[in-house]
Amino acid sequence: MLVRILTASAFVVALLITDVEVLPLGRIAKGLLYYLIIYLIIGYDILIKSWKGILNGRVFDENFLMAVATIGAFALALYEQSGDYLEAIAVMLFYQVGEFFQSYAVGKSRRDISALMDIRPDYANIEEGGTIERVDPDEVEVGQIIIIQPGEKIPIDGVVAEGSSSLNTAALTGESVPREVKAGDEVVSGSINMTGVLKVRTTTEFGESTVSKILELVEDSASHKSKSEEFIARFARIYTPAVCYGALALAVIPPIIRLALTAEPMWSEWIYRALTFLVISCPCALVVSIPLSFFAGIGGASREGILVKGANILETLAKVRTIVLDKTGTLTKGVFEVTAIHDEEDKEHTTETEKQRIIEIAAKAECASSHPISKSLRQAYGKEIDHTQVGEIEEISGHGITAIIGGKKVAVGNEKLMEKTRANNCQCHKAGTIVHVAEDGQYRGHIVLGDILKPRAAEAIDAMHKIGVRRTVMLTGDNHKVAEEVASALHIDTVYSELLPADKVAKTEELLETQQKGESLAFVGDGINDAPVLMRADIGIAMGGIGSDAAIEAADVVLMDDDPMKIVTAIGISRKTIGIVWQNIVMALGIKGLCLILGAFGIANMWLAIFADVGVMVIAVLNAIRAMYGIKQ
Amino acid sequence: MKKSFKIEVDCANCANLVETSIKKIDGVIDANISFMTQKMKIEFAEGCDIDGVLAEIEREAKKIESDFEILK
Repeated sequence: MLVRILTASAFVVALLITDVEVLPLGRIAKGLLYYLIIYLIIGYDILIKSWKGILNGRVFDENFLMAVATIGAFALALYEQSGDYLEAIAVMLFYQVGEFFQSYAVGKSRRDISALMDIRPDYANIEEGGTIERVDPDEVEVGQIIIIQPGEKIPIDGVVAEGSSSLNTAALTGESVPREVKAGDEVVSGSINMTGVLKVRTTTEFGESTVSKILELVEDSASHKSKSEEFIARFARIYTPAVCYGALALAVIPPIIRLALTAEPMWSEWIYRALTFLVISCPCALVVSIPLSFFAGIGGASREGILVKGANILETLAKVRTIVLDKTGTLTKGVFEVTAIHDEEDKEHTTETEKQRIIEIAAKAECASSHPISKSLRQAYGKEIDHTQVGEIEEISGHGITAIIGGKKVAVGNEKLMEKTRANNCQCHKAGTIVHVAEDGQYRGHIVLGDILKPRAAEAIDAMHKIGVRRTVMLTGDNHKVAEEVASALHIDTVYSELLPADKVAKTEELLETQQKGESLAFVGDGINDAPVLMRADIGIAMGGIGSDAAIEAADVVLMDDDPMKIVTAIGISRKTIGIVWQNIVMALGIKGLCLILGAFGIANMWLAIFADVGVMVIAVLNAIRAMYGIKQ
Repeated sequence: MKKSFKIEVDCANCANLVETSIKKIDGVIDANISFMTQKMKIEFAEGCDIDGVLAEIEREAKKIESDFEILK
């Protein structure tokens, strides 16, 4: 194609600087022969395609428009004996340059965006008879050991059996800090092994691995078409024929009216105007730029670790005015940590040794329990526990634990346990889970455990309000006191607490009913048992979705890491993309509309028409690609 | 049954037109063509002759855009 464009351009220049009449046969119709040759070099495929189109009964396509416009221009030049064939050639030449640029730009951005999303591993290494062999990841069975060299992608989810290394999970989470792994740790496919050799025992098949799931999701996303894309497709279907008939009318009706008024009909003038009309009207700028913008937007989002399931989702996401958030795992870390240690009078212990003593008793008593709270207590204690010091451990379900530590009978648990052991406990003023500690029937104090907020949660909620989200709502199954504390710390507008999973759906439905037309509601959850709400909301956003299949399936947007700030980023990207789409629609239709009017009145010539067609398309395509590059935070 | 094919289609408008027209083919319940990813998704009717329908799709598509191709 490039060769044809260059050859044709060179010939045109050559013809311009030589006198065509001195060439052999140059005298026939002012060098028609030479111009025709150039025209055929640059436009033969368009002519063939439009001819095929006519044969197949599809008359009104771009090729047809171009063929009619250029052949018409030739015919006019011949009829008027002006010898101005250059216009026809220029139209064809620029049209082809435009097409070439478009396919180059689209192809390039397609490759760029695909590369952004390309985390597909090509092979897996397995050990067979002492040698390492490369196999298709599809052939690896569950439980087989695969070997990952530094620099290679982990092809399949699994657990490290041997070795330690740091992993780059940027392609999955957008997080640039490497993750350290050692034997026993889980590794997720798609991450890149950076430093050491790892032997990994696979836990899933390749098809079920995280990386395959994500790829499936991303590849599917382009096939969910946006409303604006469908609108333009419908529009193009009626637009092209309409313009063709318009051009025909423009060529025929005014001269006939002039004839009726006994004026000079000026056929050639009106036909010229009709041809300009045809050149301007080409719908390609619109039709290409819209899917390209959305595709670029989706690509840009996935670079940020935000997977968007379709162009239609981006459209709805841009209209979000209500954000409903789950508390645990979304705004908070979802793990218990010791937030305070109080003495028997509900006061903060002053000395570290006293605090340490309370923790020590609690941790030792809970040393054999697998309850999440016990784990947090042991973590807070931080030292190895000598199990032989602890005797007669008795776990009373729903109460707590009693044990003998260093000859003393201790009780660690809730209020009910304290009543049982007749230790006088007190009510704590802080919200959270309370673990009371008694020694030989004597109350010693209590430990407050709480779920701590994610570092960027408050910042994220503020940013949501700032970008025009009208309502932020928090739903939680947790008790009222805890919920209120979290909500006020984060400046959340409304809180609904002590909800069962089914209540969350009902509450979301209530909120959906109260919102205004043209707005949408997003629900953000960590995907654990809130799949029904994710589906019910206009937009379901699952957080830290890796590993939770239900969430990936139910959600419309998956945030690969668990930073709540990414919700704001996602909305920002969607708005930018929609903005670009509308800019392109308005610009292309505006310029074309204006030129059509100018053309009809005979003010626009063929050169302006070429700009309205090719120029607009180039601008639209360049603008569309902008969607790929992220937004300023 | 749904199947996804890699295709070659050169213009976005043609992709839209091809999509509309192949949806009308017998044996095709739904069709989706993505110009950006150069992929075609077809939902075939139960028990239809897939190769036959596919050939019909290609024939129909070539009428609209002579460069259309299903890559295998």
